[in-house]
Amino acid sequence: MPSARHPSPRRRPGLLGRFSKDLLALIVPAAAVVAGVGLLGCAPNGAKHLDSGEPLQPPSAFAAVADDAERSQAMFAEAARVLLHPRCVNCHPSDDSPRQLDSSRMHVPRVTRGTKGDGAAGLRCASCHQSENLSFTRVPGAPHWQLAPIEMAWFGKTPREVCEQLKDPARNGGRDADALVEHMRTDPLVAWGWDPGADRAPVPGDQNTFADLIRAWLDTGAVCPPDTTTPGAAS
Amino acid sequence: MIAFHVNGEAVRVDVDPEMPLLWCLRDHLQLTGTKYGCGEAYCGACVIHLDGEAVRACVTPVAKASGRQVTTIEGLSEHGDHPVQRAWREENVPQCGYCQSGQIMSAAALLAEVPAPTDDQIDQSMAGNVCRCGTYDRIRKAIHRASQEQG
Ligand code: FES
Ligand code: FES
Repeated sequence: MPSARHPSPRRRPGLLGRFSKDLLALIVPAAAVVAGVGLLGCAPNGAKHLDSGEPLQPPSAFAAVADDAERSQAMFAEAARVLLHPRCVNCHPSDDSPRQLDSSRMHVPRVTRGTKGDGAAGLRCASCHQSENLSFTRVPGAPHWQLAPIEMAWFGKTPREVCEQLKDPARNGGRDADALVEHMRTDPLVAWGWDPGADRAPVPGDQNTFADLIRAWLDTGAVCPPDTTTPGAAS
Repeated sequence: MIAFHVNGEAVRVDVDPEMPLLWCLRDHLQLTGTKYGCGEAYCGACVIHLDGEAVRACVTPVAKASGRQVTTIEGLSEHGDHPVQRAWREENVPQCGYCQSGQIMSAAALLAEVPAPTDDQIDQSMAGNVCRCGTYDRIRKAIHRASQEQG
């Protein structure tokens, strides 16, 4: 544990000392092989989204695009930099387990969504995740920390696919346009993306700019970008 | 001062509110039945109940226990005869035993909510409790046994 303030509880001293150097020499390369295989075997099945790190462009940055439909598509592509960021999609999986880190590896421990998206009996998300980030233990947290419902799965999707989902009340939590913008602008779990704690990379921009983009996209006809569009490609 | 109940008894501790509850239980309250495995929420050795819900004491700041009921392995039952503890003995579950208080606390939380779990439900609920001795088969059997015994 990385803290001088709370030294770890007494561990049996000299545990490693029991291993001879020879034994360690055997174990270390073996562990490296296992870890290597693990990395290959656990590659996320969705495309990894690595953001450019550029500031999130507000709707005004798209004023030069004269055609409403094109502007709508471009603004959605920009908003997709947030929507498809690992901080967001890691908890919008299309299976039953969240992902972790920028690599979107499987969550450790291998937790599952349970019946309500908040974990299995005895292994709830709240077993570890509190209503705020914990600085000492680095565990991320926010109010109502849980997985997005399966119909709101975004992991591995394209901006276009997520765009179509967001317009469909059956796949957006039953929200109309205003409720969607409100959710994006004020929901504390959405807000966590900009304040993820520890050394986690935040989603780009700020929550208001993101919500403004969603509003402007809706106001320009909520046109979805083509299949081939990648997050931020239009900015 | 942070005040809460541990195994039914009122306690007050004068510690950093950010101190992990596990530290407080083991080093300040001398309740060493709850184990330190990884300290990072991976292994489940430190599972206790907070108001009846299983939580990982190694990543729970002691301040979160304020005003609440903490149950550790020492307080799961008065005489060590909770159905899960009895089933654990009957199935001879532990090997080295290090992970077992966490296993038992997770299993008890599962059965409190799902009295007759399927193998899949057991696997999902116990997925965060690692046993380096590999006692998983006996754990699963013992959970089924405890389920039957508690009726
Ligand atoms: S010590 Fe808490 S989960 Fe490992
Ligand atoms: S019995 Fe040894 S770690 Fe589980």
